[in-house]
Amino acid sequence: MSDNLVVEDIGNEYKYGFVDEVKPVWKAEKGLSRRVVEAISYHKDEPAWMLEFRLKALEIYQSKPVPTWGADLSGLNMDEIYFYAKPTEKRDARSWEEVPEEIRRTYEKLGIPEAERKVLAGVGAQYDSEMVYHQVKKELQRLGVIFVSIEEGLKHHEDLFREYFATVIPPEDNKYAALNSAVWSGGSFVYVPKGVKVDLPLQAYFRVNTAELGQFERTIIVVDEGADMHYIEGCTAPTYTTDSFHSGVIEIVVNQGAKSRYTTIQNWSHNMYNLVTQRALVKKDAYHMWLDGNLGSKVTMKYPSSYLVEEGARSDILSIAFANTGQHQDAGGKLIFAASNTGGSIVSKSISKGSGRSSYRGLIKVYEGAKHVKVNVECDALLINEESRTDTYPYMEIEDDTATVGHEATVSRLNDEQIFYLQSRGLPEDEAAALIVRGFIEPVAKELPLEYAVELNRLIELEMEGSVG
Amino acid sequence: MVNQLEIRNLHAKIVDGETILNGVNLILPKGQVHAIMGPNGAGKSTLGKIIAGDPSYEITKGDILMDGESILEMEADERARNGLFLAFQYPVEVPGVSNANFLRLALQAKKGGEVNMMEFYGKLQKALQTLEWDESILTRYLNDGFSGGEKKRNEIMHMMVLEPTYAIMDETDSGLDIDALKVVAKGVNAMRGPNFGALLITHYQRLLNYIIPDAVHVMIDGRIVTSGGPELALKLEEQGYDWVKELAVTG
Ligand SMILES: Nc1ncnc2c1ncn2[C@@H]1O[C@H](COP(=O)(O)OP(=O)(O)OP(=O)(O)O)[C@@H](O)[C@H]1O
Ligand SMILES: [Mg+2]
Repeated sequence: MSDNLVVEDIGNEYKYGFVDEVKPVWKAEKGLSRRVVEAISYHKDEPAWMLEFRLKALEIYQSKPVPTWGADLSGLNMDEIYFYAKPTEKRDARSWEEVPEEIRRTYEKLGIPEAERKVLAGVGAQYDSEMVYHQVKKELQRLGVIFVSIEEGLKHHEDLFREYFATVIPPEDNKYAALNSAVWSGGSFVYVPKGVKVDLPLQAYFRVNTAELGQFERTIIVVDEGADMHYIEGCTAPTYTTDSFHSGVIEIVVNQGAKSRYTTIQNWSHNMYNLVTQRALVKKDAYHMWLDGNLGSKVTMKYPSSYLVEEGARSDILSIAFANTGQHQDAGGKLIFAASNTGGSIVSKSISKGSGRSSYRGLIKVYEGAKHVKVNVECDALLINEESRTDTYPYMEIEDDTATVGHEATVSRLNDEQIFYLQSRGLPEDEAAALIVRGFIEPVAKELPLEYAVELNRLIELEMEGSVG
Repeated sequence: MVNQLEIRNLHAKIVDGETILNGVNLILPKGQVHAIMGPNGAGKSTLGKIIAGDPSYEITKGDILMDGESILEMEADERARNGLFLAFQYPVEVPGVSNANFLRLALQAKKGGEVNMMEFYGKLQKALQTLEWDESILTRYLNDGFSGGEKKRNEIMHMMVLEPTYAIMDETDSGLDIDALKVVAKGVNAMRGPNFGALLITHYQRLLNYIIPDAVHVMIDGRIVTSGGPELALKLEEQGYDWVKELAVTG
């Protein structure tokens, strides 16, 4: 396996950078065109309205300029990207035995089947452009929980699908939402019926294996009245010397009195452009939490947002970003208050190491007439080295003066006294630094299920190796 | 093998800064407790930190030997794993890191492997009992929001769990109320024995009523200018430092 390693010198160890010997059964030609969009739709055997939707979205994409307000996207060349690669003929296998062996082995290395047996209610696994595996516990199926690939969602639950698809994030929203709308492939379709509480998390795992591939998953999650669910998304890719591209769209609807959580542990290889739009519509007395952990990628632009559209809705956005040398994490969140007695918070913790750069970009908007909104924003940045960089772009649009808005921002440097103190008790310098970083993100990390908190800590330790001194 | 911590003609300065230690000589035999006293700014804490391996100071001359071996080439963590411990004058706050979790990591680092949970918990319980302390301190973040006295008491708890061979306690008595002082002294006395040596840096004779030292050293301007038995501390309490300062000048 090590013969296949294509490691770019990025100054740290990325343990998921291995390449699988899997050739796609079909791959679109490089670049983006009407023909490519038609081919994707053809391969998915879609209804005509979807092809129409895709082609319209392509036009919208082409009409919008590349955004220049955030991270540098000039290195992203659409002509050098494959927009679709089909890994196998069979989508949504119901057992791991049905997944081609080479692909299955990758997920085994990543520990997915084991986690599924122990701590998850269901797993979806996407490989390149398609979901190769999807399964949810029998009890939940009996209760009417739907957890399938987005394609199966369209095929078998078309009415429900149409009721929500592109309603939370229309193609017009931004250039990359339009792009995703044109070429989407893979992602999950989740429906949790009224009153059903899914105790264990549902997890989707994204792996990009083909070089220069764009992955464009599209996920719809509907948590119906009084229901409860936690969805976790993880991702990795081989480290190629050429760049890859990931641009997902995640639409979530949290109906009256429901509770939902969407957790991301993004650990893409450091050659990935990661531009994701994710948004939740939160209804009366409902709650939604985004927990967004961005460790990997070359460039990430990602601002999970919650629209609090009915009274009593609440949402918290917890964000962790780790930018190592060669990385720019442009992350944050948006809370839009469009109803009275709503509330929420954004807590952002960013770490910049080496010449890495992390930016917090956030928006709080309170519409006129949304009374007694309570919102709090806290963003803390930790810089590990002299040349590490952080910026803060907190936007506030408060149109109603009954709102209570708190905002706090801090920037600190890794503290020599703390390091020496921990070292004087026997911890090596690297471990001491990693421990301080873990402490720094603890207010967010403690919201993770135990296994994921442990994994996050391990990833941070890896990133912190050889960081000081 | 010489069972002692030896400071030999130690000269040191702040990295890119002024000189603070001007030839410290001191021998702490294993099994003994010595006190170091001296006016503010004499260099007592600096000495403690340098022994522990603080990289913000630079040794320009002299040596530090633990059981006959120089430790100058070792980093702070290596010294700690070899049995050295510094209870800080100002323990550092580390938010988000739980006290017990950290202590377990430190103990693991020292033992060089996984520490049995039962064994670890047993050590904690014993330390807490001696220090007449509540378990709730374990789950709090390391020194974060601790009162001055709690921080000092916590340093002693760490010492009791990590069981060093040589400990330096820098003004552990400052900021403690009378009852806490007795309790902390109890903790230190519990550690006393043939395999434990300690340097107590203190300003007050009071502590030495509870922890009777084998020797007392007085430091002025970065040097030990005189040493004696416990009676020296009493004399300092009564007469102050002027007479020792004169010694420093004439000597
Ligand atoms: N890192 C440092 N930067 C600047 N000055 C320092 C530093 N460390 C020590 N000093 C100076 O060195 C001198 C000795 O300081 P030290 O803390 O060792 O004194 P001390 O004997 O422990 O005093 P106290 O009894 O007040 O605790 C002081 O003048 C102090 O200001
Ligand atoms: Mg001092």
